[in-house]
Amino acid sequence: MSDRELMYREALREALFEEMELNDEVFIIGEGIAERGGSYKVTEGLLDRFGAGRVRDTPISEAGMIGVGVGAAIAGSRPIVEILYVDFAMLGMDMIVNQAAKFRLMTGGKGRVPFILRTQGGTGGGVAAQHSQSLEALFYHIPGLRVVMPSTPADAKGLLKYALRQDDPVMFIEHKHLYMNKGHVPEGELIIEFGQADIKREGTDVTLIAWSNMVPRTLEAAEELATMGISAEVLDPRTLVPLDREAILKSVAKTNRCVIVQEAVRRGGIASDISSIIQEEAFYDLDAPVQIVAGLNTPIPFNLVLEQASVPQKDDVIAAVQSVLHVDTF
Amino acid sequence: MAKTARPNTPSKELLEKLFTTAFRIRNFESEGIKLYRQGLVRGYFHPYLGQEGIATGACAALEDRDYIASTHRGHGHCIAQGAEVGGMVAELLQKETGYCKGYGGSMHIADISRNNLGANGIVGASTPLGVGAAMASQVRGSDAVTVAFSTDGASNNGTFLESLNLAAIWNLNFILIVENNQYAVSTKLEEATRETELYKRGEAIGVESHRIDGNDPLLVYETVADAVKKCRAGLGPILIEAVTFRHSGHHVNDPGKYMPEEKLAYYKERDPVDRARDNFISMGKAAASEVEAIEADIKAEFEAAVDAAKVAGEVTVEDFQEFVADY
Ligand SMILES: Cc1ncc(C[n+]2csc(CCOP(=O)(O)OP(=O)(O)O)c2C)c(N)n1
Ligand SMILES: [Mg+2]
Repeated sequence: MSDRELMYREALREALFEEMELNDEVFIIGEGIAERGGSYKVTEGLLDRFGAGRVRDTPISEAGMIGVGVGAAIAGSRPIVEILYVDFAMLGMDMIVNQAAKFRLMTGGKGRVPFILRTQGGTGGGVAAQHSQSLEALFYHIPGLRVVMPSTPADAKGLLKYALRQDDPVMFIEHKHLYMNKGHVPEGELIIEFGQADIKREGTDVTLIAWSNMVPRTLEAAEELATMGISAEVLDPRTLVPLDREAILKSVAKTNRCVIVQEAVRRGGIASDISSIIQEEAFYDLDAPVQIVAGLNTPIPFNLVLEQASVPQKDDVIAAVQSVLHVDTF
Repeated sequence: MAKTARPNTPSKELLEKLFTTAFRIRNFESEGIKLYRQGLVRGYFHPYLGQEGIATGACAALEDRDYIASTHRGHGHCIAQGAEVGGMVAELLQKETGYCKGYGGSMHIADISRNNLGANGIVGASTPLGVGAAMASQVRGSDAVTVAFSTDGASNNGTFLESLNLAAIWNLNFILIVENNQYAVSTKLEEATRETELYKRGEAIGVESHRIDGNDPLLVYETVADAVKKCRAGLGPILIEAVTFRHSGHHVNDPGKYMPEEKLAYYKERDPVDRARDNFISMGKAAASEVEAIEADIKAEFEAAVDAAKVAGEVTVEDFQEFVADY
């Protein structure tokens, strides 16, 4: 195996090329994805390779596009609908929540919805309140959906390929800050099943749980903590539904302390849910209360200083780790 | 339904207003782009260059009590509705003195005090919001009219039909202006719809609908003024498709290579700002010195706005946290 490095967006593109090659039922639709190759250049070259039948531009018709994807999936295709910003997925919530998520159960398991909504979220660069949200908790809340948030190029590729081979509706949420990040992606077949967390860094003093763009930030914090003599383990669940509870509990049993880092707003977030799982199932492993570092309960303001103040920064993670480490004697 | 006949000779005052507004928008966008290139403006910036005639003509036909709803390409609407350039520049520069305290930015810019429901980052949102303002007016017994600026792109979004139909069944004082610049980012209108004459969408649901040259500020004014009169007489809503073309890419960082050169040249020949100036001179008998003075004032006003914004107070994290404490 070579030490091949790819950008996150190149890894996604490779997954699309490989799976479209293998399965004629895979098609992709979205705004500006065909000739222009998508706003983040993920779909570049697909039109040339697979033609206008399977790679289509759409009008600005989110509710319709998402619904069409869901319907095609029910009818046996493997559609990918690209939505430019997760914020715009809100226009198609009926199709996601009332249709895609419900169909398998409503048909007693006879119907399946292998539908993928690829989108991206998160803050970055002053794109303000309607283009900066982290909305994964909305989908996490809806039973029947899979929620996937890769943080590295390899995870992006492996998870997207798996998504195209399983049979449930997937919210595949990328991050606008990650597309240009590079990372090792092995050549050849790479499939990552859902529900398998990955330890991005091993450590013994504290478990840091983070996903998507919070992973690189948390890893930076861990590096800095190392210089302070603190050994942090960084666990990336990679898929939030299904969630790898076992890996989380195992890591917490080892370190006895846990900080969860989430870009989304604090209230009603996934971090709160993970925290409740830990306290319920690993209470006696804990030497300190689980801490959550999350976004402020606010729409994201335009001003860059305020944008930064709205979401967790490296120093916030470090401060939280210090606090869980100091509360160690009851 | 094309409009051609000029009902009566426009007053010099009106022609001056149209020219002043169109030039103010043109200057704001050209200079704003320079600020962007200097790194002083962040995020998205969708220039209204080439489309100035539409906001200019439409808002000139409105009274203070009337409302507008805007789009992601909203600087022109904001200016035409009477916002001051100072508050807008400060907003782009993320300053506390900006119209939205630096919290909104280009895509959410608005002077709310002038009945502007705001620029919007969600394509298609202006139409239902505008219908909402029209409904509020009707419920409170006001004859205020709402103009929603919308786009060719938004005409393929479900919100378009749903909300225009509501305006129709309730006879609201609502004017939907579809700024048809023939592109949604790089997607050509004819790739997004079979029927590219968008005014027909209104006719299909029983709404009086027109298609006009959006690069003719005077024609836009006359058409909207007529629509306002009809609305106030209980004959609304009305749809106006204003055909136009951008002078630049979709946003500041889009070179717009997909826009055919001949087409761009065609529309630049019919530049709305030049036409407003020409009308002011030919029909309004304005002297060259008057035109020059107006242009110089507008340029100076922008420069002063930049100077003021640069030294204006920065927003603070403490104020912001207090602002959202109850969120
Ligand atoms: C609901 C929604 N979908 C997609 C986008 C991304 N987007 C922003 S502007 C734009 C193109 C808009 O074209 P059009 O509506 O014709 O307006 P124009 O830019 O031509 O003024 C797109 C796709 C968005 N902002 N909102
Ligand atoms: Mg357009």
